[in-house]
Amino acid sequence: MIAEAGHFALVLALFVALVQAVVPMYGAHRGNALWMSMDKPAAVSQVLLVAFSFGCLTYSHVVSDFSVLNVVQNSHSLKPMLYKVAGVWGNHEGSLLLWVFILAAFGSAVALFGGNLPPSLRARVLGVQALIAVGFYLFLLLTSNPFERVFPAALDGRDLNPLLQDPGLAFHPPFLYLGYVGFSMAFSFAIAALIEGRVDAAWARWVRPWTLAAWSFLTIGIALGSWWAYYELGWGGWWFWDPVENASFMPWLAGTALLHSAIVVEKRDTMKAWTIFLAILAFSMSLLGTFLVRSGVLTSVHAFATDPERGVFILILLLIVIGGSLALFAMRGPALRSTGVFKPISREGGLLLNNLVMSTGCAVVLLGTLYPLFLDAIGGSKISVGPPFFNSVFIPLMVPMFMAMGFGPLLSWKRADLVQAALRLKTAFIAAALVVAAALAVTGGGPFMAILGLGLAGWLFASTLVELGARIKLFKEPLGASLGRLLRQPRASWGMTLAHLGMAITIAGMAGAGGWKVESVQVMKPGETVNVAGYDFTFTGARQAQGPNYSIIEGTFKVTKDGRDVVTLKAEKRNYPVRQMPTTEAAIYSMISGDLYAVIGDPDGNEGGFVTRIYFNPLIVWMWAGALIMVFGGVISISDRRYRIGAPARRAKKTAMAAHP
Amino acid sequence: MNRLIYMLPLAIFLVIAGYFAKGLTLNPRDMPSMLIDQEVPTFDLKPLKGFQRGFSSADLKGQVSLVNIWGSWCFACLAEHPMLMKIAKQKLIPIYSIDWNEKNREDGPKWLVKHGNPYTLIGDDPKSRAAIAFGVTGAPESFIVDKRGFIRYKHVGVIDDENWKSTIWPLVQELRKQ
Repeated sequence: MIAEAGHFALVLALFVALVQAVVPMYGAHRGNALWMSMDKPAAVSQVLLVAFSFGCLTYSHVVSDFSVLNVVQNSHSLKPMLYKVAGVWGNHEGSLLLWVFILAAFGSAVALFGGNLPPSLRARVLGVQALIAVGFYLFLLLTSNPFERVFPAALDGRDLNPLLQDPGLAFHPPFLYLGYVGFSMAFSFAIAALIEGRVDAAWARWVRPWTLAAWSFLTIGIALGSWWAYYELGWGGWWFWDPVENASFMPWLAGTALLHSAIVVEKRDTMKAWTIFLAILAFSMSLLGTFLVRSGVLTSVHAFATDPERGVFILILLLIVIGGSLALFAMRGPALRSTGVFKPISREGGLLLNNLVMSTGCAVVLLGTLYPLFLDAIGGSKISVGPPFFNSVFIPLMVPMFMAMGFGPLLSWKRADLVQAALRLKTAFIAAALVVAAALAVTGGGPFMAILGLGLAGWLFASTLVELGARIKLFKEPLGASLGRLLRQPRASWGMTLAHLGMAITIAGMAGAGGWKVESVQVMKPGETVNVAGYDFTFTGARQAQGPNYSIIEGTFKVTKDGRDVVTLKAEKRNYPVRQMPTTEAAIYSMISGDLYAVIGDPDGNEGGFVTRIYFNPLIVWMWAGALIMVFGGVISISDRRYRIGAPARRAKKTAMAAHP
Repeated sequence: MNRLIYMLPLAIFLVIAGYFAKGLTLNPRDMPSMLIDQEVPTFDLKPLKGFQRGFSSADLKGQVSLVNIWGSWCFACLAEHPMLMKIAKQKLIPIYSIDWNEKNREDGPKWLVKHGNPYTLIGDDPKSRAAIAFGVTGAPESFIVDKRGFIRYKHVGVIDDENWKSTIWPLVQELRKQ
């Protein structure tokens, strides 16, 4: 009964979305205020219906209703409650339902908080949103019904993939989807702007908070995903350039570019068509990720169980959404007139460089991800493109951008003096040199790229602080006056400073973990000790234990340094009997200087020895700490005052119109 | 010229979409088992407790057959079981099976007594020897083997009326003609 109610609510949501896609759009076209005003009740009732539907599926999972196929295939009566709930979106159908739920939620947020939008723009934005939603409702209802019943009901379920039974992964998909789907807002605004034929500073302001929100969620999602890969896969790695990881990284790159180009539209009234293109690109990349994960055109460890019928459906959806929007862009884009002009060396120039690098990076990742498919399709061999390609192409691309990131914020709009900026940044040059010298002294040398990375991190961190110092006129005015300026900084510029500082910290973490990771694999018997990066790991033995729906081998390592106790690590190897799958739970002790990381493997024959892998991952927590700081910057920036109050440009226009009725 | 630049993204997307359409027909995922179109790995499994004969790769020569991997611990196998019984009763195809990963030697036979035995021959595989050779990822999994003893199809998960009628049975008939 509950499942049927959920199914029914979903069908209703489809019809509401159809109304929302047609009526307000047509109303905006004809200038009919009543028809336009349909957008708000439609968007709100849509989210209520999908929320109800999602609640029904969650309920079926929570009470382990094994007459629902989705529950049978992905749950088990013994599974802990957290994963019964997370299991709702740990599968194709449920995750798609979450996808449309979030889409509807964003739509209703525009309806409820978009009071400062002109009615015609709001009607069009929500109309485009509803069009996307219609596509996804049809996809769910026609190919992927999560509420399908099995008769007779199963005795118990097949359990969720044990790799997914993990807190990091339980919350990773919702954040990713909030990011992916969040970019649908920027997309809808872009399409609405193309239809209206107008992109101005006010438009850029309205889009920005939504883009920032999507970007922040996506950043959390990617960071959580890499953190999960780090401790759950047990290889000590944190990024594998897997197609599904790339699928989340491409919208991030496009979205980051969009965030920066929208600033130029807002402040300088130029780069309009480019910004519209990036808005389309960011969401297209999100959709592409959905296609890659669910269609089966590429193989990946993360891919959902796939089905060619679904693949065809999503491809048609892609053709309509991406193809349609790019066709609209091709028709209307040339008409978008920009007024601002600028020299290459200027704030705009810096942001443009950011955009070029980010979109080139996005193209590189796209090429690398799809290359196996291209080759396969023209009849070549089946190959996979791995980390060597991405590392050798992507990382060098980022180096000049991180250099420029130090300069950019110090350059003035329109035309700037590079020499003067460089002079102001001499402290940052010195800081970078000191970081490199310190790294060489501590490590005694390492890979060139890693040392360069640390230098760049130092450079970026210091130059961001120099820029903040310049903004508050530190040392130019009395300290009290500077402090006052510091407190009065708009939140958007705090956001920028924090995000750039976070980026610097993340780069340092990547460089450290990439360059100086120490790995040691061996068979250890109880009592044996290995020395890894100056730490003595003593294996004190293993024991058997039982978890709720798995059995455990737990190995204990006592870690000492120079005879002093550091920590006792307990690494687990779990075996999930229902799925016949083992998982590793690495034991990790994080320090600022690096992580101690121990994994226990299979017993080695008869002598009581175990295969153990021990790693020292220098600076790795910096990576996630930096990502958190970036997100914090994004959140601070969203709360900036100028996004909450209306945009002055548009208000001025309204009064002008009122004066000449 | 300027207009052409605006068309470029659409053109690139359409090329990529063309590849996607082609990619959907290629299905790299149909090859998770490297064994497709290769000979069945050689194995010789002991009989289950209380059974006369075991199951070896030599039993598969000269006919089109279905090899089903199951275990009494596997819930989904129980869901699949009535379908296999139906196939066996109608004598559509001989079903060979590997009883995989039983904790106790009695578990498999007990399960068959309780639910019925659709299998022509059963091999006991408590140590996953044959299962690993077949590249099994879980249970149930089934393989269609042709007359030469080559694996022609791998089915992951439950065989039900739908996939039997749409995929497996047509393939069996096709292979019989060869």
